Amino acid sequence: MVELETAVGTETRRHREDLEMLDIRVAKRFSNAERDFLLRAECVCEPGITILFGASGAGKTTLLDCVAGLATPDAGRIAVGERIFFDGERGVNCAVQRRGVGYVFQDLALFPHLSAAENIGYGLGGQERKKRTDAILESFGITHLRARKPREISGGERQRVALARALVIDPCVLLLDEPLAALDAPTKSKMIDDLRAWNQAHGIPIIYVTHSREEVFALGERVLVLEEGKIVAQGTPHEVMTAPRQESVARLAGFENVLDALVVAVLEYRGTMRCRIAGSKVELETPLVRVGPGPVSSAFLRVGIGAGDILLATIQPQGLSARNVLPGRVLSLEQRDMIVVARVDCGVEMTVHLTLAARDVLEVQPGKEVWLVVKTHSCHVMAGDAPDEKG
Amino acid sequence: MDWQAFWLTIRLAVVVAAILTVVGLPIAYWLTYSRWRGKFLVEAVVALPIVLPPTVLGFYVLVALGSRSPLGRWWQAMTGHTLAFTFAGLVIGSIVYSLPFAVQPFAAAFAAVDARLLTASATLGASRLRTFLRVVLPLSVPGLVTGIVLSFAHTMGEFGVVLMVGGNIPGVTRTVSIDIYDRTQALDFMAANQTALVLLGISFVAMCLVYGVNRKVWVWWN
Repeated sequence: MVELETAVGTETRRHREDLEMLDIRVAKRFSNAERDFLLRAECVCEPGITILFGASGAGKTTLLDCVAGLATPDAGRIAVGERIFFDGERGVNCAVQRRGVGYVFQDLALFPHLSAAENIGYGLGGQERKKRTDAILESFGITHLRARKPREISGGERQRVALARALVIDPCVLLLDEPLAALDAPTKSKMIDDLRAWNQAHGIPIIYVTHSREEVFALGERVLVLEEGKIVAQGTPHEVMTAPRQESVARLAGFENVLDALVVAVLEYRGTMRCRIAGSKVELETPLVRVGPGPVSSAFLRVGIGAGDILLATIQPQGLSARNVLPGRVLSLEQRDMIVVARVDCGVEMTVHLTLAARDVLEVQPGKEVWLVVKTHSCHVMAGDAPDEKG
Repeated sequence: MDWQAFWLTIRLAVVVAAILTVVGLPIAYWLTYSRWRGKFLVEAVVALPIVLPPTVLGFYVLVALGSRSPLGRWWQAMTGHTLAFTFAGLVIGSIVYSLPFAVQPFAAAFAAVDARLLTASATLGASRLRTFLRVVLPLSVPGLVTGIVLSFAHTMGEFGVVLMVGGNIPGVTRTVSIDIYDRTQALDFMAANQTALVLLGISFVAMCLVYGVNRKVWVWWN
């Protein structure tokens, strides 16, 4: 954390001792007739926005509910700095009311019978109420809405009221459950600006749940990917979002070329890495991916490349943006319906799809020397097994 | 028209509706939010007066109020007279008789409040009581009005329980429905009709009130 101290202006954030991490380690099992679901997540959220990304049903909301105290984990520990919300071993389970967690729900849950100002002031008491409500109405630019009921204002305005209501209580953690899903882009970015501005001064961990890749890139400093109740990847949006990981067998089947590979170089500054295909000297440049918490270099990966994503050239191509140009020789051609399936040996065997016209114009035939062109982002990187561990 | 019986009945109905509001709210709250497995037993007991013949109910209330029951003896020790055939006894019998007409609309209204709002209230630090007072109650106003009006109107028109518990003492336990019965027995159809018309009018107004506040297009907080 010493680096953080020098990197972050102390004026804009609380003192270093106050920079509180949200530390989550939970296990929770659900069982009903339809599914048996196990949430098993472990993560540390620093002050700032952490994106929790995953498909619906991955357990995102359940994880938030555990943090807020709306759901009780079977085991684990949840703490913000020194404050322990839940500790299964010690039997600590702090009541929702006393956690001081700001929670903006997917459906906002504004009180329909209260005005915007009354909604925002709901969590405050006594003399503080009016002063702080007025201040946040002002800073969010919604003073004119103060007397209106939720049903009398627009969707974007409702979102701002809900966000203001969660922030005005000065929470130690903020949870946002797809709060912007229904908003248009300009409204969305205005909201995010407000949120960032607010957190400049407060510096609390914010968990932002979304299933939209677009939002991940727009917002994220850090992304956690939740799949089937487990955190399967974490890192910057670029690291975790540019390629799928830990593919199921079914999804692997979608790639005609699945190659075992070993990371030989990590080009952090470019957001890429170089991988050597097992059993060959062929190297591919792929998107940088973090697989698990360990060091990425020397990790065993599997690279999937769609046969339709590979270009084939009969003379060595130049001046291309694609990073991977592999010389090789055509082994065989086979026509399947309107597609020609070419097997090419370029140190490893690759399958390439060609159109009938391309085959004829390029005069592709077995034995011909060709070059295969693969874009970095056509290489889908997944976690692999070490060769000796494979059965 | 027997105005003494009329005002006695109004007084009875107001007192019963008021007590049922106070007693019914916590019962309805518990019935709505309790997760106890035996809850259905309590629900059945609360709903029992709907199906029980008023004479049966009246009979047991009378026994319970009598000097041989602990309640009757305690009351006698406190006040020096029995509960049976008094206004207070009538109130107790009517409370039991009209209980479901208050509790069920209350409970239905509480259950209709979006659970997310309660969750939101909790995350904002509000206690259960505060959540109840600031969120559940205000959003349940139509249900509250329904319960209060129904228990009032139901008490106005009761006959069997009153006759069993209260008897027919003018100014003490003689209510309008008993008055109507007496007049009819005496073949004084004119007087019976007058009183009956007043009761009909009151009941109609009560029902209009109930259906009026529960109209979907009319949201009270606007």
